[in-house]
Amino acid sequence: MKIIVCVERGADPEAPPASFKVDAGGNRVVLAADVPVVLDPYSEYALEAALKLKDAHGGQVIALSLGTDLPREVIKKALAMGADELVLLEDEAFADGDSWSTAYALAMAIKKTGDYDLILCGRQAADWGEGQVGLGIAEVLSLPGVTVARKIDVADGKAQVERVTGDGYEVIETPLPAVVTVSNEIGEPRYPTIRGIMAAKRKEPVIWKPADIGVQPSEVGAAGRRSRLVKLFQPVHKANCQIIHGETPEEAGANLAERLRLEKLI
Amino acid sequence: MSQNQGVMIFGEVVNGQLQAITKELLGCGRKLASELQEELSAVLLGSNLAGSAREAITFGADRVYIVDAPLLKDYQADAYMPVMERLVKQTAPRILLLGQTSIGQDLAPRLAFRLGTEATTDCIELSIDPESGLLERTKPVYGGNVMAVITGEHFPEVATVRSKAYSPLEADVSKRGEVINIEAEVEPPAMRTRIIEKVSQVAEGIRLEEAATVVAGGRGIGSNQDFKQLEELARLLKGAIGASRPPCDNGWIGDTAQIGLTGKIIAPDFYLAVALSGSSQHISGVSGAKNIVAINKDPEANIFRVARFGVVGDWKKVLPAFTARVRELAGEN
Ligand SMILES: Cc1cc2nc3c(=O)[nH]c(=O)nc-3n(C[C@H](O)[C@H](O)[C@H](O)COP(=O)(O)OP(=O)(O)OC[C@H]3O[C@@H](n4cnc5c(N)ncnc54)[C@H](O)[C@@H]3O)c2cc1C
Ligand SMILES: Nc1ncnc2c1ncn2[C@@H]1O[C@H](COP(=O)(O)O)[C@@H](O)[C@H]1O
Repeated sequence: MKIIVCVERGADPEAPPASFKVDAGGNRVVLAADVPVVLDPYSEYALEAALKLKDAHGGQVIALSLGTDLPREVIKKALAMGADELVLLEDEAFADGDSWSTAYALAMAIKKTGDYDLILCGRQAADWGEGQVGLGIAEVLSLPGVTVARKIDVADGKAQVERVTGDGYEVIETPLPAVVTVSNEIGEPRYPTIRGIMAAKRKEPVIWKPADIGVQPSEVGAAGRRSRLVKLFQPVHKANCQIIHGETPEEAGANLAERLRLEKLI
Repeated sequence: MSQNQGVMIFGEVVNGQLQAITKELLGCGRKLASELQEELSAVLLGSNLAGSAREAITFGADRVYIVDAPLLKDYQADAYMPVMERLVKQTAPRILLLGQTSIGQDLAPRLAFRLGTEATTDCIELSIDPESGLLERTKPVYGGNVMAVITGEHFPEVATVRSKAYSPLEADVSKRGEVINIEAEVEPPAMRTRIIEKVSQVAEGIRLEEAATVVAGGRGIGSNQDFKQLEELARLLKGAIGASRPPCDNGWIGDTAQIGLTGKIIAPDFYLAVALSGSSQHISGVSGAKNIVAINKDPEANIFRVARFGVVGDWKKVLPAFTARVRELAGEN
C-alpha cells in the first residue's frame, strides 16, 4: 500500500495570542521572534493515521510538502516519525498560494508519484483554517473524498472511515484510491524515535519545481490564486475581568457564587 | 460583472426540522440580498421538506427549491454534489452560502472546486463592497488571533458561515414565496462512497448548543473521576457540560462535548470555564457567550482576558465551595 500524506508547517498555534500581530499595511501576519515554526498539528495527525495503516498493512508512506524555504529541521520530523520519503514542492513560484492553487500543485505532484492507494491531509490547517486543500485534491484528481476521520481501516481495495459528525460519527466505505482528511480523534501523533531521528538526518528530501510536476508557474502559488486578500486586522478584546478574592480558595469560591447570584447568573 | 444574480443559501433539515444555522443563513442572506436588491433563495435536499420550505419563506426566502429523494435522506457528498452542481449551474446565483457545519464543511469546498470558483470557509461577517459589488468575507485566521477579509472574482461567490455569527429574522407568517420542486436525477452508479452506519454519541440532558448555562472543564481537571464534579454542578445549574479539547482526547468526556474552532460553537448566557487556559481555538467557540467566568490557578491564563469574573486558585479547592454555596443559595428560594 502506498500512502501520500500532505504535511504543512506553520507558526506554533499554541503560542500566546499576543505573539500574532498584523503589519501596518494589514497585509501580513507578523510573528513574535520566539514563536517556533512547527509541523501543522493536523498534518501530524494525518501522518499518524498513515503510520498506523503502515504498521498494520506494511507499505510506503510519502510525505509531501509545498512552500518556500521549508525549514529542514521541522519538515524532516515527518521522516523521523516514520515516513519513507519526503518530497518537497519548493520554489518561489509556490509561495503565497490559496486553497485552490495549493491543492492544484499538490494534486499534480501526487499524479507524478504514480500509483497510490490513499491520500491523507489534515482536516484544517492551523493558520488559515480553510479545510479545503484535501477536498481540492480530490476534485482535481476526480477521487472520492471523506473528511474529518477519527479512524481508518483498509481491506480489499476499500477503506472504511469513521467520520466525525456534530453528534457522533458515521462509518463511510469508499473505494481506493481516495482522499481522507484526518482529525485529532485519530490519536496522539507518535514521538520520533532516536533511530527515526538518525535516519531522517541521513535522508535528503526530493525537490520538485513547477516544471517537474508539469505546471506553469502562473498556475500555482500567488499567481494561481482565485481569492484575494483584502486586508488583515487584529480583533479587539476588552479585558476587564473582575477577580473575586477570599481569605482561602474555598472562601473565594463561595464569594464567586454570591457575586454570580447578585448578577442573576445563577 | 457576471450574469449571476441573487443570493442562495443551502439549508439543512434534520428529522423534518429546519436547523438553527439555516435560519441564521436566511437572516444573513436577506441582508445581502437587500443590499444587492436581488432575490434570496434557499435549497433543501432530503425528504419530507414541504413544511421546512414554508418555514424558510417565513424566515426570509423569496423562493425555495426542494429536491426530495430517498437517496438524499442522509447527507452524502456523492449524492448531494451532482444535485447541487446542476442546480447552481441552472439558477446561477451570485452568492452561495452554506453553514460551517459537518455538512457545509464537506460540501462547500468540493462544490467550489467543481464549479471553478473558490470558497471561503468559517466566515463571521459578510458584506457587499459598495465599489466592486463583490462579497467581502471576514473570517478568523490563526485560531482567531487575526481576522482576514477576503474576496474573489469568481461566481458564485461561495462562503460558509459560522454558527451563531448571524441572528435569524423574526418569522413573518404573512410573507409570500415560491416553492419549486426539482428532480434529483442522481443515478446510483455516481455513488462511490456508502454510509454503513451512523452512531450518535450525544449525552443525555440539555443540548450543549442550546443551553443557557454551560460548565466546561479543561486539561487541568485531570481525570475522568474529577470531571464528574463538573457534571454535578452543571445539573445543579440546569446547564450542559462542555470541555476544551484535551479532556475529549483523554476520554474524560465524550468527543461531542468539545467546544471551539473544531468543536461546538455556543453562545450561552453564562459560561463557567474551569481549569482551561482559554486558547484562541477554544475561545473561538464561546465568543458569543454573554458572561464568561473562569477558575484557573494561573493569573496570566488567557481565559482571564475574555472573562467577566474570575477566581485565581486551585479548582479542587475553589469549586466544591462554589458548588456548595450555589446549592445553599438555590435552597433559599
Ligand atoms: C487547528 C486547531 C484547532 C483546535 N480546535 C480546538 C477546539 O475546537 N477546542 C479546544 O478546546 N481546543 C482546540 N485546539 C487545541 C488548543 O490549541 C489548545 O491546545 C487547547 O484548547 C488547550 O486546552 P486546555 O485549555 O484545556 O489546556 P491547557 O492549555 O493545558 O490549559 C490548562 C489550564 O488549566 C489550569 N490548571 C491546571 N491545573 C489547575 C488546577 N488544579 N486548578 C486550576 N487551574 C488549573 C492551568 O493553569 C492552565 O491554564 C485546536 C488546536 C488547533 C491547532
Ligand atoms: N503547503 C502545503 N503543503 C502540504 N500540505 C498542505 C499544504 N497546505 C495544506 N496542506 C494539507 O491540507 C490540510 C488542510 O489545509 P487547509 O485546507 O489549508 O486548511 C493540511 O492539514 C495539510 O495536510
